Order: sequence, then C-alpha cells, then structure tokens
Amino acid sequence: MQLLKDNINLDFMGKRKFALALSLTLIVISIAAIVMRGLNLGIDFTGGTLVEVGYSESVELVSVRQALESSGYGDSIVQYFGTAKDVLIRLPVLDSDDDKAKLSNNVLEALEVTGKPEMRRVEFVGPQVGDELRDKGGLAMLYALIGILIYVALRFEWRFSLGSVAALIHDVIIVVGFFAITQVEFDLTVLAALLAVIGYSLNDTIVVFDRIRENFRRLRKETSKGVINTSINQTLSRTLMTSLTTLLVLMALFQFGGEVIHSFSIALIVGVLVGTYSSIYVASSSLLALNVSKEDLMQEVVENPNEDGSQV
Amino acid sequence: MNHYPMWKYLLILLIVAAAALYALPNLYPNVPAVQISHESGELSDTTLNVVKKAFAKNGIATQGEEQQDNKLLMRFSDDETQLKAQDIAKDTLDGQHIVALNLAPATPNWLRSLGASPMSLGLDLRGGVHFLLQVDMDAAKNKAINNYVSSFRTSLREAKQKRFSVTENNGQVNVKFRDAESRIAGLDALRSEYGNELAFDENEESGDYFVTAKISEEALNEIQTLAVQQNIQTLRNRVNELGVAEPVIQQQGAERIVVQLPGVQDTAKAKEILGATATVEFRMVDEQNDPFAAAETGRVPVGSVLYYERDSKNPILLKRSVMLTGDRVINATSGFDENGTPAAIITLDSQGANRFSKVTGENIKKLMAVVFIDNKTITVNKDGEKIRKTIKSEEVISVARIQEQLSKRFQIEGLDSTHEALKLSLLLRAGALAAPVEIVEERTVGPSLGKQNIELGKKSILIGLMLVMIFMLLYYKVFGLAANFALAANLILIIGVMSLIPGATLTLPGIAGIVLTVGMAVDANVLIFERIREELRIGNSPQASIHAGYAKALSTIADANITTLIAAVVLFVFGTGPIKGFAVTLSIGIVCSMFTAIMGTRALVNLYYGNKKTPSLAI
Repeated sequence: MQLLKDNINLDFMGKRKFALALSLTLIVISIAAIVMRGLNLGIDFTGGTLVEVGYSESVELVSVRQALESSGYGDSIVQYFGTAKDVLIRLPVLDSDDDKAKLSNNVLEALEVTGKPEMRRVEFVGPQVGDELRDKGGLAMLYALIGILIYVALRFEWRFSLGSVAALIHDVIIVVGFFAITQVEFDLTVLAALLAVIGYSLNDTIVVFDRIRENFRRLRKETSKGVINTSINQTLSRTLMTSLTTLLVLMALFQFGGEVIHSFSIALIVGVLVGTYSSIYVASSSLLALNVSKEDLMQEVVENPNEDGSQV
Repeated sequence: MNHYPMWKYLLILLIVAAAALYALPNLYPNVPAVQISHESGELSDTTLNVVKKAFAKNGIATQGEEQQDNKLLMRFSDDETQLKAQDIAKDTLDGQHIVALNLAPATPNWLRSLGASPMSLGLDLRGGVHFLLQVDMDAAKNKAINNYVSSFRTSLREAKQKRFSVTENNGQVNVKFRDAESRIAGLDALRSEYGNELAFDENEESGDYFVTAKISEEALNEIQTLAVQQNIQTLRNRVNELGVAEPVIQQQGAERIVVQLPGVQDTAKAKEILGATATVEFRMVDEQNDPFAAAETGRVPVGSVLYYERDSKNPILLKRSVMLTGDRVINATSGFDENGTPAAIITLDSQGANRFSKVTGENIKKLMAVVFIDNKTITVNKDGEKIRKTIKSEEVISVARIQEQLSKRFQIEGLDSTHEALKLSLLLRAGALAAPVEIVEERTVGPSLGKQNIELGKKSILIGLMLVMIFMLLYYKVFGLAANFALAANLILIIGVMSLIPGATLTLPGIAGIVLTVGMAVDANVLIFERIREELRIGNSPQASIHAGYAKALSTIADANITTLIAAVVLFVFGTGPIKGFAVTLSIGIVCSMFTAIMGTRALVNLYYGNKKTPSLAI
C-alpha cells in the first residue's frame, strides 16, 4: 500500500508565494487574536483556586451556584466537566486576609448542602507561583529554541538553523493563536505540549533538510529550487506517514485520555498539522529566500579539510 | 550483507527480556495495607503479635505481613477490612505508633528478590495532596533584628552604658548615644560581641550620636538556610502525626518546601497540622515543692507552673521565669558523652550562650527542664457546627541536672538509649523557633480520580498502539510487522526503565508522553522503510536496498531524535511537577525507540530475509 505515486513531483516551491501569503495571514490573525482576545489562562498562570467535585447523580448547576453564593463565593465560575455529574468550580485570587490555601476546604464545606459531592481534585496556585510558572515557561521555550538553533547550525549551516527556527516560531505563534481564538484553556500542560510541538516540527524539518543537503551534493546540475522541490517530494510520503501515525495516537488521547489532558491533546493535534505544513513551506522556502546554494554545502566535503581549518 | 552476528541477536533479546522482567511487577495489582511504625524509629518485635491478636479477636484476617526497616506492613483483601484494621491497630497500640493506610504492591517474592518493583505513581494517579510551602523570610529576618535589639540592650548595660536607646528601623538596628565618648565605648562592646554577624556604621544627627548595625550577607544567608531547615524538621515531625505511609518533604529552591502526602484525603486537617508552630523553653525545676501534691490539690506554689512529662505523664513543677527560648538554639544533634552514654548535643547562638552561661553558673547541681510547646489550630465539630480552636500543648521532654556552667555548646546526658537522644534532638530542632510558612500551591487528587486517570491512560495507550499497529501492518506488510514488534518492545522498555530508575515517577502527563512516543517511535521505521522503497525503485537488489535503507536513514534519525531530546531535556530542567513527568517519559521513550526501531527491526528483517538470495520484499 502506498499513499502517493512513485514518481510524484509536485512543484512545492513554485507555490511558495501563495504559501507565504497563507502563513503571513495566519500569523497576523494569531497575533491579533492574542493581543485583542488574549489567552484563557488556567490557574497555573493566573493563580486562584479550582475545585472539581463528583456527584453520584446528575446535578443542576443552579443549585451549586446558589450554595456557593449563600456562602459568599458568588464570584466563582461553575461549569460541568465532561459529564453532568462532574462540576468544576473556579475561584479567582481573593484579596482578603483569609488564609487563601483554606479556600478550597471552605468551598467543599459550602457544597455539602448540594448532596455531599465527592472531592475529585483541588488545585490552588498562589499568585506569586503563577507568575513564576509563566516566566519559567517562557524561558523554557526560549532556551529550547536557542539549543536547537545551535545544534542545527553545527550539524548543517546557519541558514538551515534560521530556517528551522523560523518554522518553529511560526508553529508556536499559530498554535497559541489557535488557543486565543477558540479560548480553550491554556494551562501548564499546553505549555508542555508546545515544547513537544517544537520537538516534533523540528523532527520533520530536519528530515527534509537532511535530504536537501544530500541532494545538493548529489544533483549538481539542478537549480536550488529544483533540489528543494525534489527533496520535499522524496520525503513527502514519510512526512505524511509520520504525521498520520502521530495524529492517530493523538486522536486516541483526545478521545479517551480524559478531560484533564484535552487542552494538551488539542495543542498537539494543531501543532502536528501546522508543523507538517511548516517543515515543507516555511523551513524550506526560507532556505530559498536565504539563497542557500550547493557551494555553501560543498565546503563541508572539502577533500583536504586542513586547508580550511574553520570547518568542522 | 544482512546478517547480524549471533551475539547481537542475543544482546537485543537479553535487553528486551530484562526490560520485560523489570516491567513485570506493574502487572500485579496493589493491595490495601496498613503500615505501622514507631515515632522513635524503632519498632518492637512484639508489635506484630499484639496487633494480630487484636485482629483475631475482631475477626479480621490479614493477607500476609512483613516487617522490614522497622516498618510493619499488613495486607488485606479489601479497602473495608483495611480501614477496620487501621482503627483496631490504633486502639490497640499507644499514641507513639504511627498507623498509616498504604497500598502494597503484590509483587511475588522471586521478583522482589531481583530488585524489581512497580513504577512509582505520581499523586495524580494514586491520589493525595501536594503542597508547596513558602518560608516567610521577611519574618525570619525581622525576628533576627528584634533579637538583636533586645540583646544589644543587655550587652550595653553589661558594658556599663547608660542613657542609650536601641530601636529597629528598616531592617537595621539603631543605637542612639548621648555623646561621642559613650559611643566609642558602646561600639567597642557591640563589635566584640557581634562583629562577625553585623556591619556597624556611625553617624551624627542633630546633636545625637548614632550607631547603625546591619546584618551581613553571610549571616542573612545563614538565617535563610536555618529557617528552611528548621521548618523541614518540624514538618517531618508533624507529618508523622498524620499517619502517612510515604510522605515526601523536600526543599525546593532557596525558600520553598514541597510536601507530598500520598493517600491523604482530609486536606483541612493536613493544613492545620502543617501550619502549626512549635517552640521549646528551658526552665529551672522547682525542687522545693512536691509536684504530686500540687497536681492533686491544684494549688501551685507562687513563682512556679505545673507541667507534665511527655512520656511518664508525671507532674513536675517548673520555675515561672524562662531561662532560654528555642530561638536561641542553632542546632541539636544526638551523640555520646565522654562515658559513652547517649546524649543530645545542643548549640546555642552567641547571645543565647551568654545568657545561658550566666544562669547555669548560678544554678549548678540543680535540675533544669526542657518544655516543648506546640500550637495547633484545629477544627472541632461542636453541636454540628465547626469551630476553629487553637490548642497549645506544653510538655516536659527532658529533665537533667546541671553539672557545670554551660555555654555555647552543651549536652544533655544520661539518656536511656540512642533513640531517646535522637528523639530529644529532633524535638529541640523542631522547637527552635522557625519562620512561619504559607501554602502557596496545593494540588489534591481524590482517590477515584486517580484510579480513573490510570484507566484512561491505559486505554489511550492501548488504543493508540492498536491503531498505529494496524496502519503499519497494512502499509508496510512484513516490514510493518517488524516495526510493530519493535513498538511493543519499545513500550516494554519504557515501562521497564521507568520501574528501574528509583526517581522516575509516572504521572498523567507522563502517560501522555508515552502515547506521543508510540506515535513518534514509528517515525524512524517509516524513514527506513521509505528509503528501502526508494532504493528498490531505482533498481537496486533487495538485499542492497535493505542495507542502504538502514544506512542512509541513520543520520537523519539521529538528527531528528537528538533535537527532540533537546526539547525534552529543556522541559525537564524548567518544568515543575507534572511537566517533569512528561519530559521523563518522552526522553526515555526517544532513547528506547532509537534502539528498538533501528537495531530491533533490523534484527527481525535480517532473520527473515538475510538468508534468502533474491527475496521479493513485502514492503
């Protein structure tokens, strides 16, 4: 069985202007959404209290709200979590001098009138911790990008490095934009998913780059554009296959993994789709835009490396 | 060309078999158990018989028991029996026994003797509480400053200074003198005593002569370290009261402490106990009056207070004035005196040492007592209403005769056992006044959600695995089958390695990491197989195509995996809690998948096609 014909030869680079327009549009929409709508940040980043309770039978949200209101927690957000038996309650960070950590216990007490729900999960994040998690998350992203930039520059060439990082930034912006547009909750697990997306998308990009490098050395008569096109076509069925198997397991995770990792699987699904596209168009067309030519790569296989000591 | 030497096949087989062996304990379910230990750390051998007798009387059957490392573990058939057994054990044994609920892996003995044990599960999978506590460093600093204020006064008075005033101002101590001469003398006295810890400055303002003292950077760091360490010590003691089987109490960063209590449900009680404050006081014993008479009649002599001893519960009369409080204790350890009998060795800070040497010098051959004071806020159910109450418990933990003038370092001798010495030093350390703590993060997972998370995780791994396997088999046929074997081996390897590494904990995001690895692990095989197809297409022989396919794909696979590994390692370094779990399984998965997808499938392909001259490849 094969997904594609043996001698498939699509002119990817010929349509790169169209792809560029598409990418730019997506990025502009994403940034606009991030700026204007903002992210629906989870309590990991904002601080606050989250209580998940389970009832033995379906429960009306109204009664839960009333119970909370009568105990002075009227500003809490109440919603079902997966089923009508599970209820999620979110409380903002309160300014009162009360012991903030004890809030969850007070909430559970207040809910006793609604039919003795079972405590399933409590999360409390103090505001100082929330800020820290956000800063640390941003830093992690930055360090991952720098690490990758260095590795790719060492293994390939600086233009490849720029191309791959451009693709990664493209992916991250669009996935974050997706979360801003859909307002799906952005929590710590989504941050982890973003880093996994970086790893995945890069994986894809490296495979294409590897072939481009190989073909630059092999197909000496081809133009740069031709070499890149051939390389993308040669790796196309692999790119699609891997994306497909990864998407399969992610669908399984999304469907059966439970509510808690919903955001996580959504981030990865979007990330894999965007990452696949970006390794073809963003990473490869940046190589073309940066004028990578066979001469740049020939240097690496100089017969006598002693003549050019700077090369490793 | 497509042959592996025999040792390579054997090596691959050996690695997978070993991984399977160490992954095996995960198949055995956990059974409910009760764990009994003793506060002193030493559990008597008779405990087992005592408890078993009590169980037999109440018709409770155990499913086996074992005593190891001073812990008694008893297994039960179901949760209900376990809870009943806990109640009975608590009633039977005295209050110094810790009776905790636990889950004991039902790993067979032969596996246990090989050092195999199931993966440790994170709190999100087994249920429990995770707290992050922040030590209030400002409070610790202020306390230190205030201590300096009072000890400055004492020191200056001792140096025959008059008409000075000591105040605290903005984290500094200000001393006002009347004239320059008295400032010189006063500063000399202060410098000789506090020169190491404080930096002094002089200045004049509207005819007054000032000295300002600032805590040096080193002393500040020491205050910080001590505050965290003392809190950890106190927390350990408190957690024992909660009866938690495997608590984790660790420092995180400069001023935070992580407390993890697996299986704890009553978070309200946990918070109350963790938030309590303890201290110790040294007082002289009132030897003139009869404590038993005072306890009976209720008439306590003037200038004395009635206390009870912690272990014997005997009454004892102590002088009302306090010789020394716990905030002067820097450290307390257990050891031996010159006669070789167990002793608690106590170190005081310099001001404490000065005061202490003066008082003990005046009281040689008299009895001195150490009082442990614990303040707890607890919620009591009264007439259906919950009332918060602060309970102050004061107990005498040690009485000893002062043999000589004591100073900075002294020991409490004549203790019965090394455990006695250990316990006393532990309490002294716990009682040394530490800075207050605040809970800044809590993550609690109920037991049913934990179980549900495990089920969901298993389900998504299996379904994901099946989908990928079916797809690979349809797409690559025989080669797909080889990849599927490799995928299964990969999963076994991940679980085996996770079970083997002591620090690795499986969390829900960790399961997500495994699922993701399953999807990405076949990537290496897809790369190889697509290469083989290409080689075949350009007319190479089947054997040459297999060889070239593996060879050419290798560097691509390495590059692709190393970059993913970079991202995973960054996640591990910067991630906290659940994210770390994801990074761990992802990294282990990447490394394992390189082994199974490259070596594993090659071995299978070689076995199948290696001996055929011109096979037609089913790819």
